Amino acid sequence: MTLTAELMPYEDVLERFEPVLGLEVHVELSTHTKMFCGCANRFGAEPNSHVCPTCLGLPGSLPVLNGGAVEAAMRIGLALNCSIAPWCRFARKNYFYPDMPKNFQTSQYDEPIAVDGSLALLLDDGSEVTVGIERAHMEEDTGKSWHRGSSTGRIHGASHSLLDYNRAGVPLIEIVTKPITGVGQRAPEVARAYVTALRDLLRALDVSDVRMDQGSLRCDANVSLMPRGSSAFGTRTETKNVNSLRSVERAVRHEMRRQAAVLVGGDTVTQETRHFDESSGTTVAGRRKETSEDYRYFPEPDLVPIAPSQEWVDRLSATLPELPWQRRARVQADWGLSDAELRDLVNAGALELVVATVDAGAPPAEARSWWVSYLSQQANSREVELAELPITPARLARVVELVGEGALTTNLARRVVDGVLAGEGGPDEVVQARELAVVSDDSALQAAVDEALAAQPDVAEKIRGGKIAAAGAVVGAVMKATGGQADAKRVRELVLARCAP
Amino acid sequence: MREPTRRTAAELARAIHAREVTSVEVTRAHLDRIAAVDGAVHAFLHVDAEGALAAAARVDAALDAGRAPVSPLAGVPLALKDVFTTVDMPTTCGSRMLRGWRPPYDATVVSRLRDAGVVILGKTNMDEFAMGSSTENSAYGPTRNPWQLDRVPGGSGGGSSASLAAFEAPLAIGTDTGGSIRQPGAVTGTVGVKPTYGGASRYGLVAFSSSLDQGGPCARTVLDAALLHEVIGGHDSMDSTSIDAPVPPVVAAARQGATGDLAGLRVGVVSQFSGEGYQPGVLRAFDTAVAQLRALGAEVVEVSCPSFDYALPAYYLIAPSECSSNLARFDGMRYGLRDGDDGTRSAAEVMALTREKGFGAEVKRRIMIGTYALSSGYYDAYYGQAQKVRTLIRRDFEAAFERVDVLVSPTTPTTAFPLGERVDDPMAMYLADLCTVPANLAGNAALSVPCGRSDDDGLPVGLQVMSPTLADDRGYRVAAAYEAARDAAEGETLIHAVPELEVATR
Repeated sequence: MTLTAELMPYEDVLERFEPVLGLEVHVELSTHTKMFCGCANRFGAEPNSHVCPTCLGLPGSLPVLNGGAVEAAMRIGLALNCSIAPWCRFARKNYFYPDMPKNFQTSQYDEPIAVDGSLALLLDDGSEVTVGIERAHMEEDTGKSWHRGSSTGRIHGASHSLLDYNRAGVPLIEIVTKPITGVGQRAPEVARAYVTALRDLLRALDVSDVRMDQGSLRCDANVSLMPRGSSAFGTRTETKNVNSLRSVERAVRHEMRRQAAVLVGGDTVTQETRHFDESSGTTVAGRRKETSEDYRYFPEPDLVPIAPSQEWVDRLSATLPELPWQRRARVQADWGLSDAELRDLVNAGALELVVATVDAGAPPAEARSWWVSYLSQQANSREVELAELPITPARLARVVELVGEGALTTNLARRVVDGVLAGEGGPDEVVQARELAVVSDDSALQAAVDEALAAQPDVAEKIRGGKIAAAGAVVGAVMKATGGQADAKRVRELVLARCAP
Repeated sequence: MREPTRRTAAELARAIHAREVTSVEVTRAHLDRIAAVDGAVHAFLHVDAEGALAAAARVDAALDAGRAPVSPLAGVPLALKDVFTTVDMPTTCGSRMLRGWRPPYDATVVSRLRDAGVVILGKTNMDEFAMGSSTENSAYGPTRNPWQLDRVPGGSGGGSSASLAAFEAPLAIGTDTGGSIRQPGAVTGTVGVKPTYGGASRYGLVAFSSSLDQGGPCARTVLDAALLHEVIGGHDSMDSTSIDAPVPPVVAAARQGATGDLAGLRVGVVSQFSGEGYQPGVLRAFDTAVAQLRALGAEVVEVSCPSFDYALPAYYLIAPSECSSNLARFDGMRYGLRDGDDGTRSAAEVMALTREKGFGAEVKRRIMIGTYALSSGYYDAYYGQAQKVRTLIRRDFEAAFERVDVLVSPTTPTTAFPLGERVDDPMAMYLADLCTVPANLAGNAALSVPCGRSDDDGLPVGLQVMSPTLADDRGYRVAAAYEAARDAAEGETLIHAVPELEVATR
């Protein structure tokens, strides 16, 4: 096998093989403190500033379980329709690595807190696929290694490494799907839709920042192929470093094409970890291990088992927020949306934003229109996610309110939104600073109307002669003169009154 | 005050609190004694004279200002096993790996001692990472038994027990994973208590085997041990396995026991702990003690605990398994020894070299045994089976405690053995913990109280008293009653029969 693996055309892959997917998603919880100690759980702080004897694994230190993390894990499990284990434990996963302070990771192993659930996904064409959830378990994150002196930033070729233990001990939930089969050519799309749906669910639960770019949501994609007509799974590869929704789709697609070429070429797929390379869209084999790692799992003796009472489970179950699919159904009914309208809303990533804008007081139609059209364009041109635009639903709702009051025209409203996006403050501040209020002062408008009529005496004559349609030219001139800030309807009224026979 | 180093902690506390003597005077007397005899005994790895005198002065100042003592042991000196973290002294665990390591935090037990005004004299020698039964596995050289300097003081807490027997400290702290408090107590003629698992915090106790490790008090009398037990015991939110329940009333039990009445108490003699491998003189001393208990009114019966026969093999799978994981953190990356970091080697190579150089033979042996026992394909046969044995042992205890209030046995099969005798024979060394490991595996309370001397070699013998989980007070009651009766019969406390050590001239 050469380094630049052959790829089979995608259509040919599907003719001969059925893909099997397994997705492992790691979610960093946004708890105030770490999993087993009181250190702050904060991204982006000065290296090694949020550490203590426990998360540094100093001799003699002991873990104390974060109850908030357990509760978050249970809520995630419940939202994924999982059963919550009446009794479960942590185990130690033993292996040596410098960014792991104890040289073992405290993780759940064969006794996870949540098992056997499902997640319904909405695909781009509006159809639904249900993915089975094998388990969701709790573990701690490792520290972070910064390999220096190599061109790739990877350990290979590095001269030295720097270690930041701020992330060590951050609570993680690992969510593992059951094998996803029978999705054929849509496998890459399903993979992306799964991670999207999971991200939206976690966001609705408010348990994580779910920022793939910051690593608070990380996806490992297991891909294998089985020849059409066979029911035995092929050898899988696990692709890591898949750091965006688009990458999930690309990585799965690439692996399918690569593995198909390997298999058709008479070779066997090597079971290995691969890394997704964002720039080339390909996967690269990780360092191959001589022997498979034996993690020597055994129950963590420093922690006591977790036995959530049925009352606790019931209470969490009863207080789950509205989940994405429940929200979709409600919104569609309440707002009277067609399937296509709902799909557009969801595909634009606008559903949560529109709901929030409506919750802040805007009428659904206006809220939807703003997010799906004008703001989507802005997001596109800035190449960011809609949710990352620097405007809050509450501020947009205020803009809509100002339009409703007649204080802004649609045109002005866009300029107000531009101001907000430019960081000039809230809508009212932008209106004031940019002097964007509708000119509703009749005396000011009257002067502009008189000026316009004087400038176009022939047009004025026509209007007086009963050709009311000619008023448009005068209105246009007034609007131009007032920088678009006049209420065109009022201007027209004034023009007609002036030229009344 | 007559020679303070010969007094009990209770006597010292009373005299200090009554201002008959100052804590500084008492502390200085012990520091002088250490300076005089520790060259021969080597109980201490580190002595903090300055820190101890400062702590003593603070206690004196508070008492002089008319304030009540902060605890019943305020002002009394203590020797701390070097396995507890201390911010003001190195913590080495008897290992080259941690030579000179200064932890950034105090163990909970240490904070409690400081809060109680107990004066910490220094850190005591131990088998490396508490693995051993003779203190010969210390990277800093062995400790010698004050009863006979060519004998071991037991282990792993030989330093703590020897410091008591050498009158270098009236109190000490040890840790007991398979007998490391009780066995050294027995062979040095001192009292050693393993509280119920979870009875004293493990936070800051450098772990050997997390599910077995238990810190506890060491002293020359049962009452002193009880006083210390109440200072260090109780729930700690930093240790998830510490028990959230009041400390059993051990001081009251010791005082009640000392009145000498055990009428109605049911005592079970464990039939498994006798016979082949037991030194005849030890068994005779034990039988005499049992007769004494009967004379005090106890009803003595024989109790069979068949699973105890498997305790030692189970222990030598569970403890190494946990240790193989607990000691993985010593890799030279963050603290302690680092070897081979010359700019040409990878992190993995530096880790391997560091561990090769930093750990002694016994520690390596156990890491290898534990790594093997946890490996996939072997886990069920070794670690899994051992955990089942553990359950059976717990059931044996439960069944026994339905019939009797406490169980008794010799603490160790033999008296202190000669230095070097068992260093090349790990199995013989492991047998020293034969009688003590069941209580670690089951988690219940157990202690060792001196029960005379073996008539064949004149060395001290220990009587082990085991009580149910959280019924630590029962053991104290029995031990105090026995201690009082034995001392009365012999005319003096056993420890005063310890030979005078040759005092170095300062």
